[in-house]
Amino acid sequence: MHHTPDPGHSAQIPLRTGGDLLQLVSPEGERISHPEFDIWVKDIGDEHLCSLYEDMTVIRRIDAEATALQRQGELALWPPLLGQEAAQIGSSRSLRDDDFVFPSYRESGVAYVRGAHLSEIARVWRGNASYGWDPLRINLATPQIIIGSQSLHATGYAMGVQLDGANTAVLAYFGDGATSEGDVNEAMVFAASYQAPVVFFCQNNHWAISEPVRVQSHVQLADRPSGFGIPSMRVDGNDVLAVMAATRVALDRARKGGGPTFIEAVTYRMGPHTTADDPTRYRDPIELEDWAAKDPILRLHKLLEAKGLLTEDMEARVKSKADAVAAELRASCIDMPDPQPLDVFNHVYSTPNSWIERQKDHYSRYLNSFNQPVEEGAL
Amino acid sequence: MSKLTFARAINAGLRKSLENDPKVVLMGEDIGALGGVFRVTDGLQKDFGKHRVIDSPLAESGIIGTAVGLAYRGYRPVCEIQFDGFIYPAFDQIVSQVAKMHYRTQGRVKMPITIRVPFGGGIGSPEHHSESPEAYFTHTSGLRVVAVSNPQDAYTMIQQAIASDDPVLYFEPKRRYHDKGDVDETLDLSTALPLDKAAVVTAGSDVTLVAYGPLVKTAKDAAMAAADEGISVEVIDLRSLAPVDYPVVEASVRKTGRLVITHEAGQSGGLGAEIAASITERCFHYLESAPVRITGFDVPYPYSKLEMHHLPDLDRILDGVDRALGRRNSLSGLEG
Repeated sequence: MHHTPDPGHSAQIPLRTGGDLLQLVSPEGERISHPEFDIWVKDIGDEHLCSLYEDMTVIRRIDAEATALQRQGELALWPPLLGQEAAQIGSSRSLRDDDFVFPSYRESGVAYVRGAHLSEIARVWRGNASYGWDPLRINLATPQIIIGSQSLHATGYAMGVQLDGANTAVLAYFGDGATSEGDVNEAMVFAASYQAPVVFFCQNNHWAISEPVRVQSHVQLADRPSGFGIPSMRVDGNDVLAVMAATRVALDRARKGGGPTFIEAVTYRMGPHTTADDPTRYRDPIELEDWAAKDPILRLHKLLEAKGLLTEDMEARVKSKADAVAAELRASCIDMPDPQPLDVFNHVYSTPNSWIERQKDHYSRYLNSFNQPVEEGAL
Repeated sequence: MSKLTFARAINAGLRKSLENDPKVVLMGEDIGALGGVFRVTDGLQKDFGKHRVIDSPLAESGIIGTAVGLAYRGYRPVCEIQFDGFIYPAFDQIVSQVAKMHYRTQGRVKMPITIRVPFGGGIGSPEHHSESPEAYFTHTSGLRVVAVSNPQDAYTMIQQAIASDDPVLYFEPKRRYHDKGDVDETLDLSTALPLDKAAVVTAGSDVTLVAYGPLVKTAKDAAMAAADEGISVEVIDLRSLAPVDYPVVEASVRKTGRLVITHEAGQSGGLGAEIAASITERCFHYLESAPVRITGFDVPYPYSKLEMHHLPDLDRILDGVDRALGRRNSLSGLEG
């Protein structure tokens, strides 16, 4: 994984008051310099930019392949991340291995960066397991489906980090809809109260299934944390450099005992909520067109092009990587062994439980009864 | 052996757990300087520090949700919910997260969280301070649920709950907090009765009377009163409500052929219903009469001037014993 540089710059950020959006790359692919934030991405050279481009392209390909697998009946459901590649790659590539991440259910790109196997990303959505990866192996909690619940888990984990006196930071992902949940608000209360080393990374993708963000809030989401005494940043979530800069600032604050930070990454869910959703029922197609013009990958593509980094060779390499990953995802998904019937009883508790043991025994006898010859006169 | 109140016994058990395991942390509202509204955590913050005995913001979901994160980090949080009726804001975190995390991660992530809940009525409180919400949690797979009935168990079982790698809801009968009893503080946890075992607390041969938490004392008193009339009642203290230790109840019912279950919680969908059904399935041919439930009514917990009518007491339990025995009782002559 990747090393975050310490620019030796004190991560003091003011409590946010204005409505300005941090942007380091314009939608036209021009690098915009920023007096405070440039220093946080100054180590990101050409090679690094290209690798960000590769990751974003690969996760878009994973997303497309998984959507296709769902349409073909190989996955039960898939929550697409199309349009949120910069928000997910920029933030997750700012993390250290020992940092701990609590995602929602849409952070498949984050899982890829943290080192989850493709089969682990797929199996939750295929229905073969209720978790994907081992959370303690890659310091990434399992996908959380209850909206906003994980914000409290992240805060509690961060309180544990504090008790340990460790230098680890914790990051919670959630969306615009989650900011209405009590748990997210309670998480901000706890995080502020204990000054826990946690970053609240809110991807405002503008839609909570069919509800536009204005149903959740009449102020910008980044304006809310100030009421909790938590500094916030509002960044262009389709600008991978801006996302990295903001996330690095927030992680650095956490590590240095500065307490929690809230980041609103303003992005757009270009696809449906999940493969079971139909956004044409509630969304104006013109809005989608507007956001397509701000596409995060297209933007980085333009920047790389302007820098002369987009060689045929490089593009071919990225495409072949994405194709290979997609093929591996497909193969691992289709080849996945089905769970066994009695697995339904496993791991409810860490120790044997008399109720479950009895039901398991009875169900096992029931299943075995299909293999027994019917005795004469038994009916 | 020392003579301790119920509350002091829990306090001593918490103290021991804090001493023995640096990963144990206490969280809750007013548990620090105040020592909790019932003083169960009295003196613990002073002795173990604010980082281990944590006064939390007034947000029950927040308490349990952050405990989940602490457990992820390797801690053993012990959360106090101030009163039974205040647990509902935390219901989602308990049911959707605490209970399911081990299953969800197929054992990779353990949730060694203890949730202490003062429960039950009888102290003349206003609304939301006297409830018995245990059945919501016994219905939830992934949780262990216990209810303690005496200072010795309170002392031992809080330590066992904290040491458990699975989440435990630990129900404390608040009206018994000031009852005193002998507590052996040298008791070795490894030889103590395991957390999921029931105990026969009064031996008898005519009727099996199952109780837990605050009503164990009432049930024992009822057994003594019944003995005066020549009726031998066997009282079982369930201790564990999920799972119920059915072998102990079965053995007793096979002997007596009659079963009475009592709890303060309402009847419908309560633990008594589950036990009556399970024992009927398991011991049908041994039963001499239908199982009897003596419980709180299916009403919201009433205002305190009426709570003595709602709470099963010695006489109502004895009336149930009479019903199980086919003796004259308040429902004699009614069909069914």
